This record gives sequence, structure tokens and C-alpha cells, in this order.
Amino acid sequence: MNIVVLVKQVPDTWAERKLKADDKTLDRASVDVVMNEIDEYAVEEALKIKEAGEGEVTILTMGPERAVETIRKALSMGADKAVHLVDDALAGSDAVQTSYALAKVLETLEYDLLICGSEATDSRMSIMAALLAERTGKPQLSGARKVTVEGGNVTIERQTDNGYDVVQAATPAIVSVVEKINEPRYPSFKGIMAAKSKPLTTLSIADAGIEAGQVGLAAAPSQVVEFANKPPRQAGQIVKDEGDGGSKVAEYLASQKIV
Amino acid sequence: MAEILVLVDHVEGTPKKASYELLTLARTLGEASAVVLGKGATQAADKVGAYGPAKVYVSEAAELSDFLVGPKAAVLAQLVADKSPAAVLIPSNAEGKEIAARLAVKTGSGLLTDAVGVSAELVAEQQIFGGAVAVQSKVATGTPIITVRPNSTAPVEQPSSPEIEQVSATFSEADKAAKVVESVVEAKGGRPDLGEASIVVSGGRGMGNAENFSIVEALADSLGAAVGASRAATDAGWYPHQNQVGQTGRTVSPQLYVAVGISGAIQHRAGMQTSKTIVAINKDPEAPIFELADFGLVGDLFTVVPQLTEEITKRKG
Ligand SMILES: Cc1cc2nc3c(=O)[nH]c(=O)nc-3n(C[C@H](O)[C@H](O)[C@H](O)COP(=O)(O)OP(=O)(O)OC[C@H]3O[C@@H](n4cnc5c(N)ncnc54)[C@H](O)[C@@H]3O)c2cc1C
Ligand SMILES: Nc1ncnc2c1ncn2[C@@H]1O[C@H](COP(=O)(O)O)[C@@H](O)[C@H]1O
Repeated sequence: MNIVVLVKQVPDTWAERKLKADDKTLDRASVDVVMNEIDEYAVEEALKIKEAGEGEVTILTMGPERAVETIRKALSMGADKAVHLVDDALAGSDAVQTSYALAKVLETLEYDLLICGSEATDSRMSIMAALLAERTGKPQLSGARKVTVEGGNVTIERQTDNGYDVVQAATPAIVSVVEKINEPRYPSFKGIMAAKSKPLTTLSIADAGIEAGQVGLAAAPSQVVEFANKPPRQAGQIVKDEGDGGSKVAEYLASQKIV
Repeated sequence: MAEILVLVDHVEGTPKKASYELLTLARTLGEASAVVLGKGATQAADKVGAYGPAKVYVSEAAELSDFLVGPKAAVLAQLVADKSPAAVLIPSNAEGKEIAARLAVKTGSGLLTDAVGVSAELVAEQQIFGGAVAVQSKVATGTPIITVRPNSTAPVEQPSSPEIEQVSATFSEADKAAKVVESVVEAKGGRPDLGEASIVVSGGRGMGNAENFSIVEALADSLGAAVGASRAATDAGWYPHQNQVGQTGRTVSPQLYVAVGISGAIQHRAGMQTSKTIVAINKDPEAPIFELADFGLVGDLFTVVPQLTEEITKRKG
């Protein structure tokens, strides 16, 4: 079973994240970056499925030069090879355009499963699996807290608001995972050393057959008109319990007209 | 007046409050039309008339319930082609966002998710980076598709007698690629839905075990609130996963969020920090949750919370 895992590099959620004043896009250059946390679970799930049978795990990332660091991390966890789509023309692409670009690269790869995270911590849109399923015509198995592969079928437990759905499809399929699914491994020293010599293919938009007019900020189907930084939330009143703590909270709620 | 399509979110014929909010919002943008799909749609169609739609489009095609997301997006795409609406509004929950995503690709349109407001010019307001930045965005291509968060507008009734139109949809093989073979209900019933509740009371690792969650539930019931939990509590099996609030759980934005025995990890904050008022009860004065609390009480939850519940019950008479 060959698996492609989508991995995104995102600003560290602990860091202060900003939009740039000039083009109103995310400032990716001046912050600490990490692998999108849930994508580690996606990589882990792919490795587990591979280890139970055979095949290759390929990492696919669209992002600037420095996203190579994140790709290396995924390789050091045990993925076999990687494809990095990087091109200045892609800067400022929105989710719909990103799905177009990723789908173009996917046309050049052979896979039985595509696994991605349920949500990127920067965009927080949780739609990549749906977008790619629509573009590729492959089944959407999103929000999985459990994945079972049997023969040519994939079955997931999809978390819903009041329980879960069991959803089934034939491979090749597109799966997104939530963090309940597994416990990602840490890269071993051996893994880190091995990652340095694993194949990494870098593609420009021309290499991938992506039309320049379809991607990038100027062509984006959704656009930021303006933005305003809001003053950070101020810590309020902190009171120590002196035996009447419950009443103190009730008084506060009453003063706010909540009760 | 331009037609605005609103996808109604309903559970077997009972519309969720978010649907009424969107119909109310749609009336400020143009002529509202409701789209009601799946099992129970006819029943739900009768109920939405109270919120002023001029038309209701209905389909109960079996595919809408039998397959994940694709068929719903297909019906909406067909309506977009037939009716040329000025915009499509969809409730911003996990499924709603995925329907919106597929619809955007099907119709070659731009998509905005998690709006907290939409202006008459169809400019959407979004709050990003945990509410630190307010963004105004618009769709530049195709039909604006906008998902709107629950609790963004107050639902206002406006009785109408909408024209009801049955939609006959055709589905491609790709729309029917992911089959829903079983739906399992795990959540505890009887309390407001977490995503829509105006008050949420959540418990964390500080609760100690599953039984102690009854302390949080009692407080929630005194306030008419939904119950949430941190990942530490859901992972321990103390409360159902569906009630997890945070980055990989539900995102809530209630009037009041009460965090009980929760430290306030960044992944938890991601799901609750745009709440209007935040109250934290924690015995550790250094707990990061106090950094964003409007009111923090440093104390033992096992004495503070029952006292609070009693006090609220008393005040409510
Ligand atoms: C990929 C990923 C996704 C995640 N997604 C989520 C998510 O969606 N939601 C989420 O919540 N977390 C999520 N987490 C986990 C998160 O990092 C924290 O581990 C988790 O939120 C901690 O839960 P907690 O605050 O209940 O526990 P702790 O951090 O252990 O805090 C317990 C608190 O209870 C207090 N306490 C203990 N006893 C008492 C008492 N008797 N009275 C008063 N206070 C008491 C303690 O002082 C402490 O502050 C995620 C993590 C990862 C890696
Ligand atoms: N630029 C990208 N490159 C690779 N994977 C991505 C990219 N953007 C999003 N993804 C994947 O899509 C998932 C969901 O992202 P989103 O829909 O943006 O919240 C992430 O967890 C990643 O697995």
C-alpha cells in the first residue's frame, strides 16, 4: 500500500502570529515554525499502515524553502521520500488554490491512500480532505479517529457532534485524522541520520503543470480586505478562595448580568 | 432582491439554532431561501417558515444521508447553477465547512469559513489567531460561499409562508464515494448542544475521575449550560470525546465559559478563547488559564463548585 501524507509547516502556536501590513498575508518568515501538530499523527498512521504490510510513504508539502525542515522531520520519523512544491508564485494562495496545486502534484504520484491532518493550526479551516476529494473524485474519509484498511477497502470512525459515523470507501481514498488516532513516535537518532539521504524532489509550479494564473495572492478567490490587531485579552480579577469562593463567583456572574 | 441561500442544519427534522441565526442574517443581505436536505427535511421545512424565508428548497433523496458530504454539496451546486444566488450561507461546523469546500470547487467559487458577521456588501468578519486579529474578507470569484459560526447573530422570528420547492438532484459516482454504514450516538442527551450553547461549563484533569464530572454537570444544569471537557479528561475516558473543547475538539464561543480544573494549554485555548466572558476555577495560581480569565478563582473545585451551584440555584429561585 503506497501512502502520501500531506504535511504543512505552520507558525508555532505559542509564538505571536501576525498578518503583514503590505499584502495582508500570514507572516511566515519572522516566526518560529513547526510541523502542524496533527500532521505528526497523519505521518504516524501512515507508518503504522505501511509497517503492517508493505509499500512506501511519501511526504507532500507545499510551502516556502524553509518547509524543508518540516519535511526532514517527517522523513526522520520513517517516511521514505518526499515531494516539496515550492515556488514564489504560490505565495498567498488560499485553501481552494492550495487544493488545486496539491491535486496537480498528486496526479504525478501513485497512491492507495492520501492521509492529512484534520486541521492546520494557522488556517484552522479543516477542509483540505474535502477539497482534494472533490478535485480528485476520490472518496472523502475525513475526521477519522480510527482507520482500518482491509483489502481494497478503508473504514473509518468519523467523529460527529453526538457520536461517530462508520464510513467506508474503496481505495484509493483520502483520509484526514484527528489526534485520538495514535501516539506519534519521536524520530530516533538513526532516523534523523537516515533522513538526510532520503530522496526529496523539489517541484516548481511549471514542473507540476500548475497554471501560474490559478495560484497566488492576486488570483485568490477569497481576499482579505482589511484587518485589525485587537488588544490582547487582559487578565481579569483573580480571587483566592477564603471559604466563600463559590459565592464570589456567583456574585461576579450576577454583576455581569449572566445570572 | 438578490436571493441568499441558507443551508439548514437539522437533526432528523429539528433545525438547529444556528440555522435560524443564518436565516435572520440572510434577511439583512437579500431575500432568504432555506435549503433543507436529508432525512426529516420536509418536517424541518415547515419549521423554518418562522424565520422569514421566501422559499424553501427540499430534498429527502436517500443519497443525502447514505453518503458523506458529497451529495449535499451536489444539491447546493445545482441550486447555485439554477437560481444564481448572491451568496450561500452555511453553518460553520465540521460538516458545514466540508460541504462549503466541495461546493466552492464544484462552482469555481471563493470560500470564507468561520465568519462571525457578514455585511450587506458580503464582506465577512473573521477572528483569527485565537481572536487576536479581526479580518474583513470578501470573495472575488464566483458565488460567495460563507460559513458562519453559531452565536454570531441573534435569531429573530419573522413568520412567512414560504413557497416549498422539491429539488430533484442527480449525483455523480464521486459524490457517492464514501458510504456511511452506521451512525452511533454516544453523547449524553438532555443538555444544550456544545457548539450552540450560550453557556459552557468544562471540566479537566482536576476532576480526578468520571464520577466527579457530576459536579460539573450540576453546575451546568443550574446555568442551563452545555458540558465540555479538556483532552486530558476525554482521553482518560471520564467524558465522551464529542465534548472535547479545543483545537481538535469543538470550537465554542459562548457568552460565558467556565473552566473547572483545566490548566489552559494552548490547544484547549484554541477552542474557547473567543468566549465573551471566561471564568476559571483552579487550585494552582500559576495555571495559564488565569491569563485569559475575566474572573479567576484560586481554590479547590470540590468545595468551590458545589457552593457556586447552590448559590446560583438560590439566586434563580
Ligand atoms: C495535537 C494535539 C491536540 C490537542 N487538542 C486538544 C484539545 O482539543 N482540547 C484540549 O483540551 N486539549 C488538547 N490537547 C492537549 C493539551 O495540550 C493539554 O494536555 C490538555 O488540554 C490538558 O488538559 P487539562 O487542562 O485538563 O489537564 P492539566 O494540564 O493536567 O490541568 C489540570 C488542572 O487542574 C487543576 N486542578 C487539579 N485538581 C484541582 C482541584 N481539586 N481543584 C481545582 N483545580 C484543580 C490543576 O491545577 C491543573 O491546572 C491537544 C494536544 C495535542 C498534542
Ligand atoms: N500547504 C500545504 N501543504 C501540505 N499539506 C497541507 C497544506 N495545507 C494543508 N495541508 C494539509 O491539510 C490539513 C488540513 O488543513 P486545513 O484544511 O488548512 O485546516 C493539514 O493538517 C495538512 O495535512
